Amino acid sequence: MRTLPGLAALAFIAVLIGGAFAGLLWEAAADWSGAAAALDLYLLRVARFTLWQAALSTVLSVAPAIFVARALSRHPAFFGRGLILGMFAVPLGLPAIVAAMGILALYGRAGFFAPLFAWLAGGDWPGIYGLSGILVAHVFFNLPLATRLLLEALDAIPRDHWRLSAQLGMRPAAAFRLVEWPAMRAALPGTAALVFMLCVTSFTIVLMLGGGPAATTLEVAIYQALRFDFDPARAVTLTMVQVALTAVAVAAMSRVGASLTGEANLAVSARRHGRASPTETAVNALLIVLTVLFVAGPMAATVAAGLEAELGRLAGEASVRSATAMSLALAGLAALVSAALSLALVSARSRLAAARRGRQPGLIERAADSGPLFVLVVPPIVIGAGWFILLRHTGAVFAAAPGMVVAVNALMAMPFAIRSIRPAHDAAATRHDRLAASLGICGWNRLRLIDWPVLKRPLATALAFAAALSLGDLGVIALFGSENVKTLPYLLLERMGAYRTRDAAGIALFLGLLCLALMAAANRLGRETR
Amino acid sequence: MHITIPMFSAALLVLAASAQAQETLTVYTYESFTAEWGPGPIVEKAFEAECGCDLKFVAVADGAALLNRLRLEGEGSTADIVLGLDNNLAWEAGQTGLFAPHGMSLDAVEVPGWSDDTFVPFDYGYFAVVYDSEAVKNPPASMKELVEGDPSVKIAIQDPRTSTPGLGLLLWVKAIYGDGAAGAWARLKERVLTVTPGWSEAYGLLTSGEAPMVLSYTTSPAYHRIAEGEERYRAAAFAEGHYIQVEVAALTKKGAENPHANRFMAFILSPQFQDAIPETNWMFPAAATSAPLNPVFDEMIRPEEPLEIPSEEVAKNRKAWIDEWLSVMSR
Repeated sequence: MRTLPGLAALAFIAVLIGGAFAGLLWEAAADWSGAAAALDLYLLRVARFTLWQAALSTVLSVAPAIFVARALSRHPAFFGRGLILGMFAVPLGLPAIVAAMGILALYGRAGFFAPLFAWLAGGDWPGIYGLSGILVAHVFFNLPLATRLLLEALDAIPRDHWRLSAQLGMRPAAAFRLVEWPAMRAALPGTAALVFMLCVTSFTIVLMLGGGPAATTLEVAIYQALRFDFDPARAVTLTMVQVALTAVAVAAMSRVGASLTGEANLAVSARRHGRASPTETAVNALLIVLTVLFVAGPMAATVAAGLEAELGRLAGEASVRSATAMSLALAGLAALVSAALSLALVSARSRLAAARRGRQPGLIERAADSGPLFVLVVPPIVIGAGWFILLRHTGAVFAAAPGMVVAVNALMAMPFAIRSIRPAHDAAATRHDRLAASLGICGWNRLRLIDWPVLKRPLATALAFAAALSLGDLGVIALFGSENVKTLPYLLLERMGAYRTRDAAGIALFLGLLCLALMAAANRLGRETR
Repeated sequence: MHITIPMFSAALLVLAASAQAQETLTVYTYESFTAEWGPGPIVEKAFEAECGCDLKFVAVADGAALLNRLRLEGEGSTADIVLGLDNNLAWEAGQTGLFAPHGMSLDAVEVPGWSDDTFVPFDYGYFAVVYDSEAVKNPPASMKELVEGDPSVKIAIQDPRTSTPGLGLLLWVKAIYGDGAAGAWARLKERVLTVTPGWSEAYGLLTSGEAPMVLSYTTSPAYHRIAEGEERYRAAAFAEGHYIQVEVAALTKKGAENPHANRFMAFILSPQFQDAIPETNWMFPAAATSAPLNPVFDEMIRPEEPLEIPSEEVAKNRKAWIDEWLSVMSR
């Protein structure tokens, strides 16, 4: 049974997600009145704020991205273009907690721009806690993402279209309307849906930049109901609403054909088509420069604020060291589990697909194919909340922290790990399966001699990516963290809570560099495979 | 190498054995108690010298979070003692069945009107709005003035779900406005800069100049007077009166079996513990200190008849009142 590991991986996903829902339902079934009573004005306002901030964030990210992507596409070759596109990929790998620190260092009440803003406002600069902070952070993350996705759509416009438009003597406005806009319009719903989804499930940003009950999303309210209020009934209701919301968002996304994992493979190729007029060039340059400044600002501020911290003292602190060790250990384990599960699933799927010889795919094959995508519908905080409620009856909530962090982070990284493993694996399988079978190579020998050389690079990519993702995670650890289990993001949040902002900035710099190094490794390994 | 490895492991064994021989006492408390400048380090040193045991503090954000943490862990909790609940939460905490009676005489207690067989007070104080006199020229002289005052002069408050001062303000407003509390909050909300999970964060906003007013205690200015020689931060006296907070400690059922825990409960009312309170926790001591308090404390507001809602009534209505608060504050 070569599909056994795959079944085990499916069972793992089922137990983790199913257990969470069992915990929630059990709690709700014990006393429906509590869960029903939580359907109050507060819930309504939180849900409304969740949707409102996500809608605003989407518009503010995607609308400018249309013009930035077009500007970048109009100038396919200029000095630093590759660098800019590379920089636009950075926010994707930056932990939200680090970005939030950078944004506070820049626009906060005591931030770099505070005196300027205070002067402009003609008085005090109230800072950006609340909706404005959340929006700035979401745009920081999603404007570059949307730009990359739309640019990919523009790059896919066939050369013939450009040639034809040049022959017809189209002006830029006409070319935009007839050539560029249709291409972008096709990619727009998917892009917008992805951004919307990311903002609806945003936890860290809202936790750090939200300002009390008036700026709370469902995810943060779930966390508060459990850790602040000890109100499992309310947590259950909030979770159900959250899952319903994400399910609707994902259903809408699949209708418009969005890629859930938000991948953009940009060919940094130069393709010339029609020269832009000087005015247009100036406008485009301004657009690009402004976007670059907006995206680079928080990153630069993170570095600047981090360097101001007493890094030497921080590095010597026992709490920082143990949090680093804890983070690396948990992230490493999560990455291993994630890669192993992904490989098992990918392998089971391709085996089943080969065995059925063109008939309809069976249940297990379909589960192995799309099961991991369910992960994206169920945010980590929801799985965490379910298990938190389930485990509290055992009194071992805080003892279970390391296991929960590893399991949930491994699960969260699976869609990404599968994406990097599957192409190489499936290509190798079609090439080698028959030969290996006829030579009688199987089991350990097959893995060692045939699969390993092909798969080691994609596996390393998956490991690095999964490790980076779980290093920066705050969702699960925020629920389960305690003085015994502290990761770097948890320590950062704690220092920030105690208004030891300098320390927090130093930790943020360290954490950001760690994650970016891993992401860079993942990218490099991934590129060399192709 | 042959010699060093066995020697090293022998040394490790000895270390492990001595660590086991030393018994531990686990005390759950709130963050500002264990901070470097809080009473925690002094209390720890004094008690460890007396008992020869290892006193371990486990700190959470604030007093109300302490109760949540304990409920979550239930019987499996490692806490021997919980220090930092208050009069408002005592009845509700008692209902969890996790605590054991202290079995001591409370004759030494100097807190007005305190008697309870589970909770031993370790200090008390009165909630007050503390303001920066350089930023606030006309401080509010009553709760009414606070609620109805200029919304551009902000106040930082604490979340009543995690913080005992946050809950204190909620009850203070309730005690004054009764059924009109929601309306008062709707107006006060305009003046709220931010809602922090614990007292430390909110007070940090005042001292860093980010908030001109904060909810704290009538005794908070004593810190600035005594430790910093600074008269800038003052407590506003409210015409309606001030709400009292009595901070208490209690034995858990697990702790009742630990002799060090019983000893610690008695230690709380001794001068060694009480001496640390006024000038580290900046509250009034719950029992006699070895020397009179710094005269600055005499200048602090000390209401004759403080406001208080009975603990049982608080327990019955806490959820409803917090929901009411959430509903107004999320608007």
